[in-house]
Formats: sequence, C-alpha cells, structure tokens
Amino acid sequence: MRLRFIAFIIASVVVAVLSPALPRAQMKPWNNAGLTGPPAASSAPAPRRDLSGVWDAGQGGIQPTGYNVAALFTPLGAKMAGANKPGNGPRIADVSEDNDPLSTLGDPAGFPRVVLYELRPFQIAQTPNQVLMLYMFEKRWRVIWTDGRALPSDPDPRWYGYSVGRWEDDYTLVVQSVGMDDRTWLDNAGNPHSTSLRVEERYHRVNQNTMELTATIDDPVMYTKPWTPINKLPIRLMPNDTDLMEMITSASDALAYRREIASQAKRK
Amino acid sequence: MFFSVSIAAAGLLLLSVPVVAHHGAAALDTGKEITLKGRVTEWIWSNPHCFLKFDAKDDTGTVRNWAVETQNPTTMTLRGWSRTSFKFGDEVTVTVEPVKNGEPVGRILHVILPNGQKLIAAAATTPASTPPAPEPAR
Repeated sequence: MRLRFIAFIIASVVVAVLSPALPRAQMKPWNNAGLTGPPAASSAPAPRRDLSGVWDAGQGGIQPTGYNVAALFTPLGAKMAGANKPGNGPRIADVSEDNDPLSTLGDPAGFPRVVLYELRPFQIAQTPNQVLMLYMFEKRWRVIWTDGRALPSDPDPRWYGYSVGRWEDDYTLVVQSVGMDDRTWLDNAGNPHSTSLRVEERYHRVNQNTMELTATIDDPVMYTKPWTPINKLPIRLMPNDTDLMEMITSASDALAYRREIASQAKRK
Repeated sequence: MFFSVSIAAAGLLLLSVPVVAHHGAAALDTGKEITLKGRVTEWIWSNPHCFLKFDAKDDTGTVRNWAVETQNPTTMTLRGWSRTSFKFGDEVTVTVEPVKNGEPVGRILHVILPNGQKLIAAAATTPASTPPAPEPAR
C-alpha cells in the first residue's frame, strides 16, 4: 500500500514536471494586430509559385492621406472627386461633412481601397485553381482565379470586383481585376473610380520572408493616364500560427462615432 | 482639487507616424493641448476609432462629459492599449487636442491611468502631406 502511495507521488511529480508542455501548446497567442516596425528581410530562397501564409506590410500598408492625383483627373474625374468629402488628403473636409462611405456609413472598403489604404495583415491561401486573399480589415476575402479563365467583359459590379491571376515566373503572381463597384473610393483622399477601372497587382516573392507588391490604377474615365500608388511595397511573412484580429467598421460603430464625435465637432 | 482643467503648452509638435487615418484633423484645434482630470463614464473599443468618455469640470466648475477619440483597436493594441484599459469611474488624467468649436470633443494624445501608467495614443497633429500620383512602374 505504501509502495503504491509512493508510486502515485512519483507519478504525480513526473506529470507536474512534464505538464508545462501541454499548457504551452494551449497558450497560443490570439488577436495579433500585426507588425510594429518595418518588415524584416531574409535571404532564404522563396518557394516556387507559393504565396501562402500570413503577411503584413506594417505601417507601409496604410496610406492615411490617400494620393494627390488632381493633376490626372479627367473633367468627369474632377467632378466626381468634388462630390466626395473625405476626412483626409488635399480636399480634406470638416469631420461633420465627411461622407466617406467606409467610415461614416460602414460600407465595405471594396477593392482596391482595401489594398491601397488598409493593407493590414492578410492571409493568402492557394488551391489548385485559386489564390485566396483573406484580409484582416473587414474580415473579407477575394478570390483570384488562376485556372486560365478570362475576365468578364461586361460584369455586374461587385464591391471586390473580379480577379484573375497568372504566374509570370515562379516568383511573380500578376493579378488583373475589373468590375469594381463605383460607390467605393480608391483611397482616404476621396479619389473616385468608375466601373471601367482596371487594376493590376504584382506580387513578387523576393525570398522566404518577403514579397513586394506593386499596384497600378488604370481608369480612363476618371484619370488621364495610369498611376501606381504602390510600388514594390515590402510585405513580411508572419508566423504560420498568427491569429489576426477582426477590424470591421460596422454600421453601428460608424453611427456611434457620428453621434458622439462627428456631430459635436462641427465648425461654428 | 480633484477636478481641474489646465491649458497646456500650445504648438507642441512631435514627429510621429501620421495620427490621422479614417477621420481628418480639420475640426481639431491642431497644436493646442488641454489636460483634464476626470472620471471615466465609458470606454468604447470600436472601429473605425475607439473613444473615451469622461466627466471633467471646466474652469467655471461646470461638469462636462467629454468624448475623445483614439485610433482603431488594432493600432491601439500595438500601442499597448486594450479593451480593458478603462473601467467606469476610473480617475484619469487625459491630455487631448480639442476641436475648435469649444465642444467637449477631441483627440486623445495621452492618458495617465489611476496606477500612474501613461498610455500614449498619438502625437500632436502635424501637417500631413499627401503624396503625388506616382508614375506607373514598368
């Protein structure tokens, strides 16, 4: 009996000593908000035709002021821009007049604004015929078809458009998108786009830990020539167990902001 | 006196990442800082911006309920803030950049918690420059 008791004590001690492995496994971090500094580089080679993982551009992914593209406006582009009352950029409006559909109504950011302005951490997953972009911002996703299909010729507009991608080489995915809903803004400066907008994104994987993004805007209805708001933006691979936060600008949150802050901040 | 309001130095400019994101600073009296002592009435952890509500007396002794904003939860998380940074009744010292119209509204620069911890929300507003349209990269 005494031996059994001693054996029980020894077994309990062994379990107690070994048990930290279990709590450690259960103590994975949640709600990762992303990088605090610029992405770090790595010299390890990149895998071929593979962008899967959780990625973060850090502060570089956020362009709070938008872009000053007034010199490129067509007459219609200037007119449409004038109707937008942004909270930022060269045409900044009073907060009480701000009509940014994202922050005042809780509308979707849409594409390409989710990339041009709110490129917060995001995950890329790949299937045999798709590349999926899963964004922390708004907790939304895009499907990029890599099965060789053509873009639709006269699509019904979507908040996030229609996208196809092809591997230009083993490390560069080129994505073309059309059919974006023209209720969305391009950026925080209230720059408009039409449903004729075409966007090219180039995701170039430099090495294991880093890829670069270049995005080009081509909308002849609003702009006299294409422009490139993002040029070789470095984006860092995050640990594969990264749990991203939600970042959803809900309609009820936007309403609370209008009630508590914007409505009282009006200029006299 | 527990409640007090003091006007701090004006024109303090600190270099920082842009503090202006979803909503601009057009309504703010940029460069002006006010430090208030008060009691928390509500801490709203929401997008696009979090905001703190608290009661504080002005120089005439009138209690006003302030509503002052920060950035979004993800940005504030990176700066050490959390959903539980404040609870109802906390006695806090809040330094804000107020709006121009005199209403008890503004943007938080930093807060000193009851335990003395200082939470930094943002630097005072600096003129934000908007980048010009880049040429296509080919």
